Amino acid sequence: MKFPKPHDVKDIPGTEGWERMYPYQYQFTTDDPERMEYEEKSFWFYDGLHYPEPIYPFDTIWDEAWYLALSQYNNRIFQVPPVRGVDHRIINGHVYISPVPVTDPEEIGRRVPNFTERAGYYYKNWDRLEAKWKVKIEATIKELTDLQIPRLPELEDLSVVIEGVGESEGYHLIKAYDDLINLGIKCWQYHFEFLNLGYAAYVFFLDFVQKQFPSIPLQRVTQMISGIDVIMFRSDDELKKLARKAIELGIDGAITASQEWTEVEITLKDLPKGQEWLAALEEARYPWFYISSGTGWSHKDRCWNDDLNIPLMGITTYIQKLKEGADIERPMKQVCDERDRITAEYRALIATEEDRNTFDELLSTAKTVFPYVENHLFYVEHWFHSVFWGKIREVAAIMTEHGLIKEIDDIWYLRRDEIKQGLWDVVTAWATGVKPRGSSVWPPEIEWRKGVMEKFQAWSAPAAIGTAPEVIQEPFTIVLWGVTNNSLADWSEIQDDTDLESITELKGFAASPGIVEGRARVCKSANDIIELQEGEILVSPTTSPSWAPAFAKINACVTDVGGIMSHAAIVCREYGMPAVVGTGHATKVIKTGMLLRIDGTAGTVSIER
Amino acid sequence: MKTSSAGLENADLPLVCWFEDCHKESIPLVGGKCSSLGELINAGVRVPPGFALTTEGFRRFMSEAGINSEIQTLLKGLDTQDMKALENVSATIRGLIEAHPFSTEIEDMVAEFYRKLSVRSCLPAAPVAVRSSATAEDLPGASFAGQQDTYLWIRGTDEVLHHMRRCISSLYTGRAIAYRANEKFDDELLAISVGVQKMANSFTAGVMFTLHPANGDRSVIVIDSNYGFGESVVSGEATPDNFIVNKVTLDILERTISHKDIYYTVDTKTQVSRAIEVPLERQKVQSLMDDEITALAWMGKQIENHYGRPMDIEWAVDKDLPFGGNIFILQARPETVWSDKPRPVSAKAGTSAMDYILSSLLEGKRLD
Repeated sequence: MKFPKPHDVKDIPGTEGWERMYPYQYQFTTDDPERMEYEEKSFWFYDGLHYPEPIYPFDTIWDEAWYLALSQYNNRIFQVPPVRGVDHRIINGHVYISPVPVTDPEEIGRRVPNFTERAGYYYKNWDRLEAKWKVKIEATIKELTDLQIPRLPELEDLSVVIEGVGESEGYHLIKAYDDLINLGIKCWQYHFEFLNLGYAAYVFFLDFVQKQFPSIPLQRVTQMISGIDVIMFRSDDELKKLARKAIELGIDGAITASQEWTEVEITLKDLPKGQEWLAALEEARYPWFYISSGTGWSHKDRCWNDDLNIPLMGITTYIQKLKEGADIERPMKQVCDERDRITAEYRALIATEEDRNTFDELLSTAKTVFPYVENHLFYVEHWFHSVFWGKIREVAAIMTEHGLIKEIDDIWYLRRDEIKQGLWDVVTAWATGVKPRGSSVWPPEIEWRKGVMEKFQAWSAPAAIGTAPEVIQEPFTIVLWGVTNNSLADWSEIQDDTDLESITELKGFAASPGIVEGRARVCKSANDIIELQEGEILVSPTTSPSWAPAFAKINACVTDVGGIMSHAAIVCREYGMPAVVGTGHATKVIKTGMLLRIDGTAGTVSIER
Repeated sequence: MKTSSAGLENADLPLVCWFEDCHKESIPLVGGKCSSLGELINAGVRVPPGFALTTEGFRRFMSEAGINSEIQTLLKGLDTQDMKALENVSATIRGLIEAHPFSTEIEDMVAEFYRKLSVRSCLPAAPVAVRSSATAEDLPGASFAGQQDTYLWIRGTDEVLHHMRRCISSLYTGRAIAYRANEKFDDELLAISVGVQKMANSFTAGVMFTLHPANGDRSVIVIDSNYGFGESVVSGEATPDNFIVNKVTLDILERTISHKDIYYTVDTKTQVSRAIEVPLERQKVQSLMDDEITALAWMGKQIENHYGRPMDIEWAVDKDLPFGGNIFILQARPETVWSDKPRPVSAKAGTSAMDYILSSLLEGKRLD
């Protein structure tokens, strides 16, 4: 398979100099022969899973955070024997990643005892350490929530003098920004504490079962770990509870009357029972409405708390379903019964007692790690990130007040160290009583960067760059991105096929079994799910827990990115509806209203033209 | 001298019985073939219906015909090395048996069973296969003791009765006589049953393995199918369609639709099957419907569960019956290629999850 060489990928005309939007270590080198050689020999694949769009300079924070965290746990903390970390680069705003193998067999051997001791300790003490993790992460989120971003006053409060504080709000602003960034990085340290090991347990359970049964579809293996209670469904369950409560209180009509939360809220406030319902809503909102409408990785992913129209739509859907007498619960009993049935049947087909024991051990380990593998997403990507984006917007508001940027959303075009520089400019100018220098530096630079980002958007990123290896040992690369020769070949095939109009079949991961025909509804973001009609097939870039209400309406789901363990895959299996995920280009190829045939058993989407 | 537990006449035993009244302990009464068909039926498997003339019916026929002593006389002093003499005696004995009518009691019974069988098959005078079914348990080398005579596409009571006698007479082929003489087998203990089974008039037929014949994967059922009788598939004369079904969930995992140029069908005049060309428009069409694939795989799973081991199964889809009751199992035997292979242990004995994860990490994942 041939992929472009890293140094052959050309800049887009008019974007020259884009490299300054990102940290310098993200550039493919041109002046260091040793590094160039390493870059050419390595295999870099486009991380479309996390960045379906070009990355904004500020949003690079999470990429750097996981660049550090994943690699340190792999390489410096647990010492996974055959792999170091995962290296990162950016080309034309697109993030490419590459697992770094340990090639010397002797070195691998030296790493084994460390890994056995360290990872073994985590596996053995998983539940205790996970409980400890929960305390740490909740404390970190609380610290973030409590963090005040001070405004710069004309005159400091008298208490500064009376109480002998000795510090100004100018200093506090700089410190608050530093604290904010540090909390973000710390949160991502915790993010990976269990994740590498969790994925390893998961990957090799899949691997073991596939060795036993070469023909077993991956979805059947993951089904063996379904029906475990995870936080992912909690937010959606809260919407169902609120729908039921509204009917109980007889105020459901007031809720379904409008799609605008502000109007609904006014009506409810005038109803005595409405107050009771609003109180229940408030209780559910924190933290369960800190659920992002996307993956949470981008500042564009707003959470339910930012826009109550999204959960309102979900509640309305559930009220309507309940009124029709429909059952809105996930069929948990069937899911668990079917899980137990297929697990027992496959187990019985394993030939030897030894292999059955290994199966039992690996399954039990996979089940132990599963809740963490799912739940960390809520704590970090949804809850923490949602609060975090809000705090950065507060910083942006201050920068806007002081003329460094024109509007709040301009802040995303700045690197986080540029913001720090800008804040210094602001506070020194504020203290001194002069105009900050940045007010004539940043606005034109941001204008230019906006143009660059637009050009990045239009660029079609190659699926991979560099030299494909024969073997991949990094657990994330396999399970999360599903990198296989087949998937790469499919991606590059479509990459070459420039005529999107003529494609009649897409391939992806067979994520949830079954065959369904129906009309497509392309939803690029969670805000679009309001358009969904009963029985349609959802076609989206990816889904996240905030899309949950959509699944009550649709008959099948297709996504651009994601593997067998992606949100859409898991939810569809729980609802027993077909899903094909990781098709690469579904939202580009499929248009709303097209007739589709989804084969979730084979992983194909047929498009009638 | 070998002895047989199936001793003398016993008035409590049936002369004729349905396959479904047989099971694996019925070999002394109905022979191996009929008892295994009964066993399948009782396991919930749909087998073309039929009945058996029991060994008791056989003994009754022989004693009522009164030819036992005549046969013994003919056999006495026969030099089994003398092929000509052997064949002469065989022909005489077989002629004796085939010329003798059954008693009215047996004739009426067979006629009634055959009538009921025709009704069950929704056909006037159902075409049947008439086969001998040896009590193999008592007769090692059974295939010589009672020749495996099979008469296909037989219609009408008189024809059925005639071919039943031909099956009985097959006990006295030259080879069978010689074999028993060498083994010093007491001919008075000799017994045979005759099975009468509805012909599966197959639209599609083939074989099914309850494991993957290529890699031994026990989580799948693999089906080969072609139009007509299963002969084209069994003999390898046509490239069949191939279906791989998930044994646990019964999903169809893979379909390979082949170019099928010939199939076997019956020439009703000569009553033999022969290969003819598949009509052009059907050559590249899936020969087995998805619903049939699933139903067939389900049956395969039941059969495997019943026998507790992977099985090699012959099946047919009847063209005279509607979907839901048209798939039949013709034969089921244990799969031997993979089942008898010693299993390579894929993980080291007693491997813990940690050891497995570590060794797998070291091995890496090949990109394929």
